[in-house]
Amino acid sequence: MIQAFDQIFVLAKHWLLGFVPAIAQPLCSAILSVIPVLIAFPLLFAITTWLERKGLGRIQNRYGPNRAGPYGLFQPIADAIKSLTKEDIIPVTADRMVHFLAPLLLASAAFLAYAVLPIGRNMVIVNLDAGVLFFFAVGSVVELSVFMAGWSSRSKYSLLGAMRAIAQMISYEVPLVLASVVVIMQAGSLSTVSIVNKQAGYTGIWPHWFVFTPWGLVGFVLFMIAATAESNRSPFDLPEGESEIIAGYYIEYSGFKFALFFLGEYLGMFATSGMAITLFLGGWSAPLSFLTWIPSYIWFFAKLVTLICGFIWIRGTLPRLRMDQLMNLAWQFILPMALINMLVAGIWHFMPSGVLRWLVCAAVAAAPCILLSFGLKKKKKFQVRTYRFAD
Amino acid sequence: MTVTFLILAVLTVAGTAAAMGMRNAVHCVLALTVGFAGVAALYLQLGAQFVGLTQIMVYVGAVAILAVFAIMMTHNPAPTQPAAFSANWVAGTIVAAVVFVVLAWAIRSSTASAQPLPPEPAISVQDIGDALMHRFVLQLEIMGLLLTAALIGAVVIAMDRREEMK
Repeated sequence: MIQAFDQIFVLAKHWLLGFVPAIAQPLCSAILSVIPVLIAFPLLFAITTWLERKGLGRIQNRYGPNRAGPYGLFQPIADAIKSLTKEDIIPVTADRMVHFLAPLLLASAAFLAYAVLPIGRNMVIVNLDAGVLFFFAVGSVVELSVFMAGWSSRSKYSLLGAMRAIAQMISYEVPLVLASVVVIMQAGSLSTVSIVNKQAGYTGIWPHWFVFTPWGLVGFVLFMIAATAESNRSPFDLPEGESEIIAGYYIEYSGFKFALFFLGEYLGMFATSGMAITLFLGGWSAPLSFLTWIPSYIWFFAKLVTLICGFIWIRGTLPRLRMDQLMNLAWQFILPMALINMLVAGIWHFMPSGVLRWLVCAAVAAAPCILLSFGLKKKKKFQVRTYRFAD
Repeated sequence: MTVTFLILAVLTVAGTAAAMGMRNAVHCVLALTVGFAGVAALYLQLGAQFVGLTQIMVYVGAVAILAVFAIMMTHNPAPTQPAAFSANWVAGTIVAAVVFVVLAWAIRSSTASAQPLPPEPAISVQDIGDALMHRFVLQLEIMGLLLTAALIGAVVIAMDRREEMK
């Protein structure tokens, strides 16, 4: 019974495939795998916009949306109708073709990333041998679409926003990949399914997730920082910078194309969070051994929503970084830490398991972290800020 | 020759041809990116996942962005130049066609192409990693050293200019 609930979507797909002639089965199987993803994640996007505005409202001591429906729950629907009925404005000087293609490329690249995410037990669209590589390859296409949007609008604000976004994405892609390399080293595979399988099993009631090891914890934190920057979210939201360059690369977009950018950005955030869950948080497996009766896909989405709440919390708490701070963080702190973390993972691999391995690895990971933060802090003089014009 | 191969081949050739023929430099880069993606898809179709995905990551994600940045940094943002057709393009086409015919004839008549193909080995990403870390580890290290030297060199060049400005 429990197993049936766990596999309900897989069984439903096989049942539906039974009605299809054998020739059309591969195509129908692909379509039936893709459609739930195309429904579930935009729906999650709609819920997240509501959750984000409510959460930010609470943090900023106001109500947030509360007019459309109970607790403002129908706000996403109102937003969707609004963006669908708005006029689609294309600037006169814009490069029409590229201007039209950019949001489509962004949204399709964001959707492609879900092809390798295991959402539940036996629930992955394709189990690629090089799944993690596929994920990062698709992620690099997003940069090109951001450039297309910024360049084709022929507006200095969108070009500035695109330049910032690409510089930021390239700088943070390196630590993002390096932070996930430790998991690939330990799992010995690039396939997302086998990485999740490597984290299966429990000691007592505790799971064998990679995040509960020294290198896994460091990797997870670095991965999440880099993921925040990759998805252009606060405190790394310089490409949008409402108070300086208005909305960055998509300032010249209106109506549904603007909504597509919004959708693409949130889908990217969900996808990188989903990858963090797959790599470090055990994928769809339950956090405690006696909770395995809850279906796997529910665990995946519970973890995803938890990470999203973390993103919202950070957005409501931290101020925006400056460009030099952003680059210094990436190249002076995160990148060296990611490299040291690879060393830690190597030590972990070759030492016999036990308490000693734990202590050595934790020390090798923590010492550079502390030294690096103190060393970087020493260079900067923190003092009371003096204002030239506004005293 | 399957339908997939034909579609991908047409995509690749059309993309690279457009990259040569378009007037706007940024359009050329975007068309070239289509060609890169087509080549990557051809690799994937042949079952070389690692090479195909790395091709997307390196060429679409890095080389295209680099080219675009180079164009934007050095160029007027609204460039419309005459197409780069040489005056004696007829002679060029004939030379290219002759070279193609000679090469195709040489390949078709060589003994190497007459031999039966060995069975296709199933190469996983793990095999590539093993080969890189065991058999070709020295070459890998040398490449790493070379790239590091290039990286440091680039940083040094960028830093010198900044000090001159002070």
